[in-house]
Amino acid sequence: MLDFVQQLVSGVALGCVYGLIALGFVLVYKATEVVNFAQGDLMMLGGFFAFTFIGMMGLNYWIGFAGAVAAMALFGMLAERVVVRPILGYPQFSIIMATIGLGYFLRSVAGMIWGTDDLKIETPFSQGVLRIGSLVLAYDKLSVIAATMILCTLLYLFFNKTTLGTAMRASSENMLAAYYMGIPVKRVVSIVWAISAAVATCAGVLLAPITFIHSNVGLVLGLKAFPAAVLGGFGSIPGAVVGGVLIGVIESMAGFYLPEGWKDVAPYLVLLAVLLLKPEGLFGHHVRKKV
Amino acid sequence: MRFLFKTDYEDDIKLFPHSGYLVSYGILLALLLIAPYVLSSYLMSQLVFVCIYAIVGVALLILTGFTGQASLGHAAFLAIGAYTAAYLQKYNVPFPIYFLAAGGLTGIIGAMVGFPALRLTGIYLVIATISFALIVEEILARWESVTHGNEGMRVKTLSLLGVTVPRDSPTFYFLCLSVLVLTIVGTLNLLRSPTGRAFVAIRDSETAARSMGVNVALYKVKSFAISAAITGFAGVLFAHKLSFISPEMFTLQLSIEFIIVILIGGTFSLHGAVLGAIFIVMIDPFLTYLKDDMPGMIAGIAATFGAGPATAGNIQSKVAAFASLNGLKGAIYGIIIVLFVLFEPLGLYGRWLKIKLFFQLFPLYKRATFKRQKIYVKSERNR
Repeated sequence: MLDFVQQLVSGVALGCVYGLIALGFVLVYKATEVVNFAQGDLMMLGGFFAFTFIGMMGLNYWIGFAGAVAAMALFGMLAERVVVRPILGYPQFSIIMATIGLGYFLRSVAGMIWGTDDLKIETPFSQGVLRIGSLVLAYDKLSVIAATMILCTLLYLFFNKTTLGTAMRASSENMLAAYYMGIPVKRVVSIVWAISAAVATCAGVLLAPITFIHSNVGLVLGLKAFPAAVLGGFGSIPGAVVGGVLIGVIESMAGFYLPEGWKDVAPYLVLLAVLLLKPEGLFGHHVRKKV
Repeated sequence: MRFLFKTDYEDDIKLFPHSGYLVSYGILLALLLIAPYVLSSYLMSQLVFVCIYAIVGVALLILTGFTGQASLGHAAFLAIGAYTAAYLQKYNVPFPIYFLAAGGLTGIIGAMVGFPALRLTGIYLVIATISFALIVEEILARWESVTHGNEGMRVKTLSLLGVTVPRDSPTFYFLCLSVLVLTIVGTLNLLRSPTGRAFVAIRDSETAARSMGVNVALYKVKSFAISAAITGFAGVLFAHKLSFISPEMFTLQLSIEFIIVILIGGTFSLHGAVLGAIFIVMIDPFLTYLKDDMPGMIAGIAATFGAGPATAGNIQSKVAAFASLNGLKGAIYGIIIVLFVLFEPLGLYGRWLKIKLFFQLFPLYKRATFKRQKIYVKSERNR
């Protein structure tokens, strides 16, 4: 039983990271109806930025964290301006390929700059555990869970309660109509990329104590975040986090109770099952078009 | 320029629209046939890889280019073909039989992937095919009684009708070339047939295709099966060329390379698959060239422009250091994909068409002829 709870908590913590990456997918998807395949790589880059600020320049953890988030938000805008904006409004396939190319590029360049070693960031949560009875919970895992909940709530409020959030949803439904209604679609898309890069950076920094930062971490975790986003229904913010947590727990449980090998396959089997049975996901809503 | 007046349907579906095509393709084929007696063995080896990549490119073109179903899982189909061949070879099955068996099995698995894919479009399909490929990769690594897991499998030398065909012999090249030519001609014929027309109709508009009486589900599954089967054939050749296969050869990276093949070549014509294959195979020799010769050349240029020997040497060592960076290949791939999507969406073949049209219409060429139209599709959620 204790094992089960222990696995559950570490699964939830891992799942929250998947959820944070999936949140990035969802943000971009909600606003532009495309999936950013470079999301995991943005996370990796955010982690490296934070490492540069904290590990190499010796800044305070929180200042370094904030600096990395700000730098990555700017980088997200830049990437949007250079790669996505010229092909906005073209078929999805083009944008998917462009973001795959961007991810490739970021991965290689990060490998060139920071090398291929595993890097580690010292965080205030690195040491210390919370003991409840005989249950041992590490602070770094709890910090991931807490941060995910805070970010998710903030983003949910942002999308559903603010004018800018409404503008984003409108431009995703019908870009041209939104433009005619006076929504600055280009600026909206640019802001969405900035936010999603910032969220990715949070994921990267929080992840640093759990799995180390290296140039391929974005690819590995990004691929795990797809099942999370699909499970929650692409386009639903709470869905992304719930999907991420479910995938994390499934993976953790499969690693513990099933023979070796199932751990890596389980998330994708779940993904295929979800796509077959309920393609709109757990939280997605299926709208039929009226003719 | 030559005007083609098409007066009936027969004119429209001709394999060769006019004799000029026959002449140019004939010359190309003749050049390819004498190639092994002229080129170095390294280049021959690259040419074999071009053939294999082009076969997969054509297969992917049928699925992605003509039916509009994107797939990032073709490395898995290639793996299934390769492993089927390697496994059957252990039981001394002759080449023609395991060649066909590999294609057949891959085709059946392709159809099985096609069924779930019926309900998926766009991004969901891409994600589903990625997860299929990842699952296949894991199975290859774990099913040790058949695939030998991560140790990989040795592939014996190909023997055809009692004659052994080593993997770097001209005969093996001719075999790959003939499979490629057969694939291309077969695909051309497929595309002229009602099936091919149905594929294109589905790509252009699923709703319109359905209202014209096309059985969309059937043709989507067919397209998946045909594409997978051709990839399976390529897998057999791939296994023989490498003579050793292991799961880590068939990763997502390879699937992306196949997508790059058709993306760079151009997704609307079979020429594109071949051009893209040439391009992707030639990146490695290009990088070698960059490492070995480029630094010296740049230093030489710097010296002719008046730089001292110390500066030139400095430049040379800097360029050499840059060229031998680890991730350079990945970065080049990334840049190439982005640049092609942004600036040359029709690919290399599209560029050739533009050049051709420029000379045909010489003073009257308009750049807008090939302009892409923005479509601003409404949300897929409401479709």
